[in-house]
Amino acid sequence: MDSFLLLAFLFLIAGVIAVPIASRLGLGSVLGYLLAGIAISPILHQLHVDIVSIQHFAEFGVVMMLFLVGLELEPRMLWSMRHKLVGLGGLQVTLTAGAIMGIAMLLGHPWSVALAVGLVLSLSSTAIVLQTLNEKGLMKSDGGQSSFSVLLFQDIAVIPMLAFIPLLALPEIADLAVQATDAGTSDHGTLSLVDRLNDWQSALVTAAAIGLVVVGGNYLTRPVFRFIAMARLRELFTAFALLLVIGIALLMTVVGLSPALGTFLAGVVLANSEYRHELESDIAPFKGLLLGLFFITVGAAIRFDLLFENLGSVVAMTAGLIGLKAAVLYVLSRVFGISGSDRWLFTLGLAQAGEFGFVLLSFTVASSVIPRAFADQLMLVVTLSMLLTPLLFIVYDKIIAPRFTETQAEESDEIDEQGSVIVAGHGRFGGIVNLMLLSAGFKTVVLDYQSEQLERLRAYGVKAYFGDAMRPDLLHAAGIEDAKLMVIAIDERERATELVRYVAENHPQVYIVVRAMDRHHVYELWNAGARDIIRETFDSSLRAGRSALEALGIHPYDAERQVRGFMVNDRKHMYELAALFDPDVPSHENAEFVAETKKFLKRYEQAMQGNSAAFGSRLDRGWMPPTLDDVEAEQK
Amino acid sequence: MSRLIVYYAHPGHKHSHVNRVMARMAAGANEITYVDLYREYPRFEIDVKVEQQRLLAHDVILFQFPLFWYSTPSIIKEWQDLVLEHGFAYGANGKELAGKRLMLAVTAAAPAEAYTHQGFQHYPIRTFLTPLEQTASLCNMRFPAPYVLYSSLGSPASGLVETHVAAYRQLLEAIRDDRYDFDAAEKMDIVDFDTLPMKTEA
Repeated sequence: MDSFLLLAFLFLIAGVIAVPIASRLGLGSVLGYLLAGIAISPILHQLHVDIVSIQHFAEFGVVMMLFLVGLELEPRMLWSMRHKLVGLGGLQVTLTAGAIMGIAMLLGHPWSVALAVGLVLSLSSTAIVLQTLNEKGLMKSDGGQSSFSVLLFQDIAVIPMLAFIPLLALPEIADLAVQATDAGTSDHGTLSLVDRLNDWQSALVTAAAIGLVVVGGNYLTRPVFRFIAMARLRELFTAFALLLVIGIALLMTVVGLSPALGTFLAGVVLANSEYRHELESDIAPFKGLLLGLFFITVGAAIRFDLLFENLGSVVAMTAGLIGLKAAVLYVLSRVFGISGSDRWLFTLGLAQAGEFGFVLLSFTVASSVIPRAFADQLMLVVTLSMLLTPLLFIVYDKIIAPRFTETQAEESDEIDEQGSVIVAGHGRFGGIVNLMLLSAGFKTVVLDYQSEQLERLRAYGVKAYFGDAMRPDLLHAAGIEDAKLMVIAIDERERATELVRYVAENHPQVYIVVRAMDRHHVYELWNAGARDIIRETFDSSLRAGRSALEALGIHPYDAERQVRGFMVNDRKHMYELAALFDPDVPSHENAEFVAETKKFLKRYEQAMQGNSAAFGSRLDRGWMPPTLDDVEAEQK
Repeated sequence: MSRLIVYYAHPGHKHSHVNRVMARMAAGANEITYVDLYREYPRFEIDVKVEQQRLLAHDVILFQFPLFWYSTPSIIKEWQDLVLEHGFAYGANGKELAGKRLMLAVTAAAPAEAYTHQGFQHYPIRTFLTPLEQTASLCNMRFPAPYVLYSSLGSPASGLVETHVAAYRQLLEAIRDDRYDFDAAEKMDIVDFDTLPMKTEA
């Protein structure tokens, strides 16, 4: 327990110190984590920590990340990506693997070793690339989407590679390996459903597992979520989200599929669900921490002794690898019409080897395909190339992207994508606002935490999501960063005020329209930073007043003007009072506030006594006929 | 018998000296349709379909209003903008109003002498009413001389209100009963309580 806490403390403090510094210097979080790992590696060595097993554990962050990526991707979008996925991804893997194999053979390696090395190094780092793209908001760009297609194809390609690599086994190292395997191959002890089945049976089991994910995701999550919602405990959602991801990962492992692929698929299935943002915000912190841990372990696992022994060859190989992969990617980007800054994002972003390289390398050693000494060197190459990736992104950011922004800025002017609207609270009030926005053709994201309500909405095609709008992470998932407007119509007045305060402070670009319960709530909301405040019963009271006036025989147009005058005066006065309101002082102890209120009451009194000018009403100003004197004055 | 509709528009209804009395009379007249535009549309949400049906159902469309800034009160302009649609009132296929009559009953605060080139309003009153006249023309409607009361501000003192309203009743009833001489009226500049052209009894 103590050692666990110590370890956790070490990793956390390294991350907490290094990442903000790296971000501040514009290096990105990934490089920060990597450097943190390098920094603590001597201590970890002192403590005899098994970095590799921690790394295997942390790789689960990649699985979670793909789940999150899947959540962002509706099935329709995935289908439209199919050409890129297979064409771009397939060509990248085969061309890169082929080129590396050729060079390795020229350097005198046997073809089987060369092929294995080619396959291992053709993969890129999903963890680094996706994390960085997300951080920089480039995921939706053409370059980002192309990169994602390739990464997804690679993640899928790992599975046949794992099946194929043992066939390349070299007899001469196989003998050596028999003695060596007892240490490194814990994989063989794992649970498997398909080991003892023949081909078609295992295919059937695999298909059934995928079917289970798709069908379960579509039909089972909703009742389960409803069941959990009954407990009204936040952490239960988190627990269920984790259970879902871990469960699917396990299922996929058991049937011999990639857990990353399985959770990705589950994510895609759930992308249309009303629980999407809830799942997203539940999983995101775990993903972030695990990926951070993973990057730290990559940094910490660098064997500097080995590096300095073979400095020349390792550096040369790394440089060669990055150059070669970039060249292949560049050619592909030309063929597939990826242009402008996107081409360079794609070329530089994917030029490293990836975390699956570690997995495959240990597997090749265990399967007696690559000699251990060579594999150790390759391990260093993979690590170094990953370490250099953030630097390549910096090159992209600082040198390449600025050259293209000028020309692109003009083009994007015309597209001007509509900023999204977030509606928090979809009850009697928010519901009508949302309906109006939708009927005017705006896209809205609705947040509410009454699941029965949401399901009803979904049935009518409203994009409604389950969740508590008070949570910053959920607001983030709902797109608050890009939102233009937020409508706050949640029932609890204190929470509405808090939400206004949070959004006004942290996202000043978001225009807030908020419902107030009463006059006093208006003052609180004003103080919290809201400027467009709608009292929930004010307009209906005005209409009731107007009906009353009409019923008393006042001409409807006069009644309308009376009501308008009343509204203008009342609002003006309310905003005057709101400016004087101080939430820390009870309003009856606030001298200015009391004085102003008294003044207002006095005017009411006058009005009651028949002084219609008490409110400076506009009512009697317009359409007063001139006097005869005026007419005579004109004639003179 | 002609079907007559009176559209009344006065946003300052309760300050009115003459129009209010005229309107009360018109509202009470038999077999004449009366509409108070500001009462029916206090928020200016004019129902185009209803209004077009009203136009189709009548032969003479009469607007009664005080002259505001040489024009109509704003709701009549809104009514024109919305109701006189292309394809309904004008345009190649807009012949629905053809042959009907558009008539005005206007009160003006200034005396008749003011509405001359020498007077302080500088133009005859018909000049200020040309937009409505041309509107009628574009809709293939006929535009008889408007029924005008000058010096409306002084009328309560001079006792002219009663005279003007009584003649207004005669005018409306004559139109309803086909006794009003529209042909003569079309040749006149304006008509007033003294000069209503009536058909001679056959």
